[in-house]
Amino acid sequence: MTEPGLYHILTLSALLFCTGMYGFFTRRNLITLLMSVELMLNSVNLNLVAFDRYVWPEKTEGLFFSLFIIAVAAAEAALAIAIIIHLYRTHKSIDVQEAEELKY
Amino acid sequence: MSLLLILIIPILTAGAVLLCKTDEQVKWTALAGSLAQLGVSVALYFLFVRERAITGQESLILFEERYPLLSDAGIFLHVGADGITVGMILLTSFVLAAGVLASWNIVYRVKEFFLLLLLLALGAFGFFISQNLFLLFFFLELSVIPKFLLISIWGSGKKEYSANKLALMLMGGSALILTGILLLYFNGGRTFEIHSLSRVVFSDRLQQVVFALLFVGFGVFTALFPFHTWVPDGHSSAPTAGSMFLAGISMKLGGFGCLKIAMYLLPEGALYFSHIIIVLSVIGILYGALATMMQKDLKYINAYSSVSHVAFSLLGMGMLTQTAITGAVMQMISHGVMTALFFAVIGMVYERTHTRMIQEMSGLMKTMPFIATVFFISGLCSLGLPGFSGFVSEMTVLTGSWEKDSVFHRTVTIAAAASLVVTAVYILRATTKIMMGPPQLPGENAVTDANTKERSAAILLTAGIVWIGLFPAWLTALIKPDVQQIMKRIAGL
Amino acid sequence: MIYTVLVLLIVLFPLAGFLFPALWGRSLFKKSAGPLTVVLMTFSFLLSAYFAYLYFFEFGYQQGAYRRFLFPDIPWLEFSGALAIRMGAYIDAVSVMMLLTVTFVSLMVHVYSLWYMKHQERYAAYFAYLSLFTFSMLGLVLSSNIFQMYFFWELVGVSSFLLIGFYYQKPAAAAAAKKAFIVTRFADVGFFIGILILSFSAGSMDFETILHKLTTPGSDALNTAAAQTFLGISALSWGAALVFMGAAGKSALFPLHIWLPDAMEGPTPVSALIHAATMVVAGVFLIARLFPLYAITVPGVQEFIAWVSAVTALMAALIACVQTDIKRILAFSTMSQIGLMMLSLGVAKYEAGPVPGYTASLFHLFTHALFKSLLFLCAGIMIHFVHNNSIWKMGGLRKYLPLTHLFFLAGCLAISGIPPFSGFFSKEEILLAAYRNYFPLYVLVLITSAVTAFYMFRMYFRTFWFYNLKGPTEKETEIEVPALIPLVLLAIGAVLGGFIPFGNFVTSDGHRMPFHFDVRFSLLPVILNLAGIFVAMWFYKTKNKRSDIVQEKAWKLYLLLSEKFYVDHLYEFITRKVIFQVIGRSAAWFDKNIVDGMVNLSGEATQYVSAAFRKLQSGKVQLYALYFLLAILALALITILK
Repeated sequence: MTEPGLYHILTLSALLFCTGMYGFFTRRNLITLLMSVELMLNSVNLNLVAFDRYVWPEKTEGLFFSLFIIAVAAAEAALAIAIIIHLYRTHKSIDVQEAEELKY
Repeated sequence: MSLLLILIIPILTAGAVLLCKTDEQVKWTALAGSLAQLGVSVALYFLFVRERAITGQESLILFEERYPLLSDAGIFLHVGADGITVGMILLTSFVLAAGVLASWNIVYRVKEFFLLLLLLALGAFGFFISQNLFLLFFFLELSVIPKFLLISIWGSGKKEYSANKLALMLMGGSALILTGILLLYFNGGRTFEIHSLSRVVFSDRLQQVVFALLFVGFGVFTALFPFHTWVPDGHSSAPTAGSMFLAGISMKLGGFGCLKIAMYLLPEGALYFSHIIIVLSVIGILYGALATMMQKDLKYINAYSSVSHVAFSLLGMGMLTQTAITGAVMQMISHGVMTALFFAVIGMVYERTHTRMIQEMSGLMKTMPFIATVFFISGLCSLGLPGFSGFVSEMTVLTGSWEKDSVFHRTVTIAAAASLVVTAVYILRATTKIMMGPPQLPGENAVTDANTKERSAAILLTAGIVWIGLFPAWLTALIKPDVQQIMKRIAGL
Repeated sequence: MIYTVLVLLIVLFPLAGFLFPALWGRSLFKKSAGPLTVVLMTFSFLLSAYFAYLYFFEFGYQQGAYRRFLFPDIPWLEFSGALAIRMGAYIDAVSVMMLLTVTFVSLMVHVYSLWYMKHQERYAAYFAYLSLFTFSMLGLVLSSNIFQMYFFWELVGVSSFLLIGFYYQKPAAAAAAKKAFIVTRFADVGFFIGILILSFSAGSMDFETILHKLTTPGSDALNTAAAQTFLGISALSWGAALVFMGAAGKSALFPLHIWLPDAMEGPTPVSALIHAATMVVAGVFLIARLFPLYAITVPGVQEFIAWVSAVTALMAALIACVQTDIKRILAFSTMSQIGLMMLSLGVAKYEAGPVPGYTASLFHLFTHALFKSLLFLCAGIMIHFVHNNSIWKMGGLRKYLPLTHLFFLAGCLAISGIPPFSGFFSKEEILLAAYRNYFPLYVLVLITSAVTAFYMFRMYFRTFWFYNLKGPTEKETEIEVPALIPLVLLAIGAVLGGFIPFGNFVTSDGHRMPFHFDVRFSLLPVILNLAGIFVAMWFYKTKNKRSDIVQEKAWKLYLLLSEKFYVDHLYEFITRKVIFQVIGRSAAWFDKNIVDGMVNLSGEATQYVSAAFRKLQSGKVQLYALYFLLAILALALITILK
C-alpha cells in the first residue's frame, strides 16, 4: 500500500465534482442543489490542497485559498438557506422548477 | 468681458430658479435671466464688432479663454467666438427670451419646466462657443436630454412616441458624431482642440469617412433628408417653448456643426460629398414643401416647412460658394427666429381654440386680431416676402447657388427656387383658412387676444425678422470673414 | 442733393401713411387714418408734381435729350463681386411719368375711399394697406436695380393680396386673394431665375449696367452669354423670356391672367388703383425698362411677347362681351388694354432715334390709368347704389346717377378710342406702331379695338339705359362732394389727357419725338369703333330680346366665352388634381410610410431581436448552470487547443 499520490486525489476530486454536478442538474429540491454545490466546492478545495501539498510544498497559498472558499461557502450556504426558507414561505415548495419568476 | 458669462448667466439663473418658492417667482427669475442673457448677447455683438475692427485680422476667433480640464487627454475648457458664433448666440438668446415669455401659462411643474428650458439653452450656448470638440460634444448631449423630458412630460398628443423617436434619432446622430470626433482625435495627434486639428493634414480617405460621419450626425440634428422624421413628430408633440427651441435652436446646432466642424475641419470631405449634399437638400426642400401642403395640423405644417427651409441652408453649404454659405448661415439665423415666432403664435392659437386643425378654425382675424396679424407676418416671412429675413437669406442662397456654372447646379437651383411657389401655396392655404372667412369658433366671445407677455414675445421675434429683413448688411458683414475662412480652406485644396 | 431728398420724401410719405395706421390703427388713428393718409398722399403727389416739373423743364433736359440720373444709390445687400442689391432711384422720363401717375391715381383713390369706405370696420387697416401699396409701387417704378425691383415687385404683390382679401370674412375674397398671390408668385419664380440669368451674364444687377453690357454688340458679356444655350435657345433668350414671365404674371397676360378677374373681390377703389391703373401695368413698365435688351439682343423673345399680348388682348375683349359682373367686365377690359400696351412694346423695332412703339405703349399706359380708374370709381358708385355687381340688376341708372352717367360715358368713349378723348390718341399710336412693323397684329388690334367699343357700350347701355329700374324707396345721395373731386379730376384727364404731347417727354432714348397725325390712317379704326358702339346700342339701348336671341343661336360660342375659354378649369385640374392629389399626397404618404417606416422598422427590428434573445432568460436555475458549464468548457477547450 503506497502513499496516495497527486493523481489519486485529483481523480477523487473529479469524481466528487461530477457527483455534485450530476446532483445539481438532476435534483429539483433546492436543499439538494445546495448540497451538490457544496460538493463541487469541496472538490475544488481538495484540488487546491492537493496541489499545495504535491506541487508547491514550500508555499501556503493553496491552503489559504481553500480556507477562504470554506468561509465563503458557509456564508453562501447561510444566504442560500435564507432564500430557500423565504421561497418556501411564499411558494409552499422548494422545488427549483417552480421557482422561475425571475425570467424575461 | 469674459465669454464665459454666456455660460454663467444660464447656470446662475438655473440655480436661482431652483431656490424659488412659488411658480410666479420661477417665471420672473427665468425671464430676468433670459433678458440679462439677451443683453449680454447684444453687448457681445457690439464688443465683437469693435474688437474685430481693432485686431484687423477679420477671421480671428476672439474672446478666447482656455482652462485645462483633462489636459493629458486634450480636453480643455476652451471657448471663443467668431462672427457666426456671435450670430448664433444672438439668435439663441432671442429665442430663449421669447420662449420664456411664451411659456408663461405653464401650470404643471413650473420649476422643472423652466429649469429644463435653461439647461437646453445652456447646452446650445456652450455648443456654439466651444473651441474644443470634447466640450462641444458634451454641450450637444446636454441639450438633447432636456428635449426628451420637455416633450415627454409637458407634451401633447403621442408624446411618448415622439420623445423616444427624437431622443433615439438624436442619440444616433450623436453616436456618429462621437465616432467622427474620436477618429479625428486619434489621427490628429490626440487633441480635441479645433484649432490644433485644423492644422493637421488628414489623408483624403480619412477626411471623406469622418466628414460623412460628422455631416450625417449633425445632419440628423438639422433634419437632413432622410433623417428628418423626428422633426414633425417631435415639434408637434412638444410644448410651445419646446417647439420654439427645437426648431429655433436645436436644429441650428446641427447646421452649425455641419459648417463649422465638418466642413471647416474636413474641406476635402466637403468637396467630395458636395453633390450628394446638394441632391439631398434639394430633395428635402421640395419634398418638405410638398409634404407640408397635405398637412392639416398647424404644428405639422410648420414642422414640415422647417424641413424645407432648413434644407435651404444645407443647400447653401453644399454649393461651396462664398455667397451660398453666407446665405446658409443667414438662413439658419433667419429661420430660427421666424420658426420660433411661428410656433409661439401657434401655441397662442392653440391655447385659445384648443385645436390645431386648420379645418376647425376660421376667421381668427376677427376674434384675435393681434395673434392673426403675427401669424400672417410669420407666414409672410416663411414664404420669403421682401422686408422679412426669409427673403434675404433664401435669395442669398439661391444667388450663391447660381454662381456654380454647370447644368447640374443650375437645375437644382431652379428646383429649389420652384419650392417658393409651393411655400406660398401652403402658407396661404393655412393662413387664409384660419384667419379669413366667417368666425366659426366655438364660444368665440370667450376668446381673448394676446396678453402682454405673449405680445412681448411676438414683438421681440417680429422685430428680429424685420430687422434682418430690412437691414441685412450687418449680418452679412458679421459672418462674411468666417465664411471666407472656410472657403479659403476649401479653395486651398 | 435736393433731388435726393425730394425723391426720398415722395416715397417716404406713403410709407408713413402705412406705418402710423398699421401700428396705432386700433387706438390713435381709428377714425383719423383716412384723412391722415390723404394728407400724406397729397404731400407725396405735390412733391412728385414738383419733381416732374423740375425734371421735365429744369434739370432733366440736357444737350437735346432727357438724361438718366441715379439719386440715392445705397448698397443694401452685397452678394459677391459686383453683384449686389442696391437701393436707388433711377430717374428718367419713364419713371418720372410713372411717379406722377401713381401718386396722382393713388391720391384720387385715397380721397374717394374716404367716402366709399366710411363705415368699414377696418377703416384704418384699409388706408394702411393702400398706402403700403403706394409705397411699394413707387419703390418699384424708381428701382435702379433689377433685384430692387423684384423686392418691391413682391411687396406690391402682398399689398394686392391684403387688399383683395380685405373683406376677409367672405370666402370668395379669401380665395381670390390667395389665387392672385400664388399665380403671381409662380410667375415671380420665373422672374427671379430670369434676373439671375441676366445679372450673371452682365455681371451686375443694376439696370444701367445690364442694359449697357447686354445691348452693346460684340461686348464680352454678350458673347459669353450668347454662347451658352439650353434646349437650343440661348441663355439670354431664356433670361429675357423668364423676366417676361414675371411681367406677364403681374400684368395678367395669357396664360397667367386667371387671377385678375377674381381679384375684383376687393373693394372697388382698390380695383381702380391696383388692378387697373398701377400694379397691373408693372409688367409693361418692366419690359419698357428692359426694352433695348428685348429689341436689340433677343428679337425672338420680343416677337413672342407681341403674340402673347395680342392673344391676351383679343381673348380678354371677347370674354368681356359676355360677362355680367360690372367689375369683371372692367377687369377683362384691363387685361385687354394691358395686352395692347405690351403688344406695342412687342412690335416696336429698335431704330436710331426714338422708338414710336415704346412711346405709344407708355402713352396708353398713362391714359389708361386715368380713364380706367375713372370707370372703376364710377362702377363703385353704381354698385353702391344698387348693392349689386351684376349689370342685369342695373338699368336706367342715368336718372338716379346723372353725374356718374356723365363720367362713365366719358370713360367709355375714351377707352373706345373715339376722338378727341384720350384713349383715341394713345391707341392710335399703338395701331401705327403695329401697322408699320407687323401687319397681322395690326389687324388683331383693330378687331380688339372694335370689340372693346362694343363691350364697353354694352355695359354702358345696359346699366344706364335698357329699362327703368324701380327707384330706391329712400332718397339716396349719389355721391358726397369729397368723393366727387377725384371723379372730376380723372374725367378731365380722361377727356383731355390725349392732348399732352407725350412724345415730347417720354421716349426710348430721351430725344423728343413729334407725333405724326394722319386723318386717313385714323379713319378706319374710328369707323370700326363707332360700329361697335352702334351694335351695342342696337342690342341694349332699349329693353328688347335681341341679345337673348343671339345668345341662344350661338350658345356654343357663348358658353366658351362665359367659361373664359376653360383656362380656369385647366388650372383647377392641374393644381387640385395633379399637384395636390398626386404629388402632394404621395409626398406625404412617402414620408409617413417609407421614411418614417424605416425609422419605425429599425425600432421594431431591435424589439424583435431582443425578444428572441430574452428567451434565454428562462428563470430555470439549472439551465443557467448548464450555460455556465458549457461556457467554461468552451473556454477550457480554447485554452487547451491554443
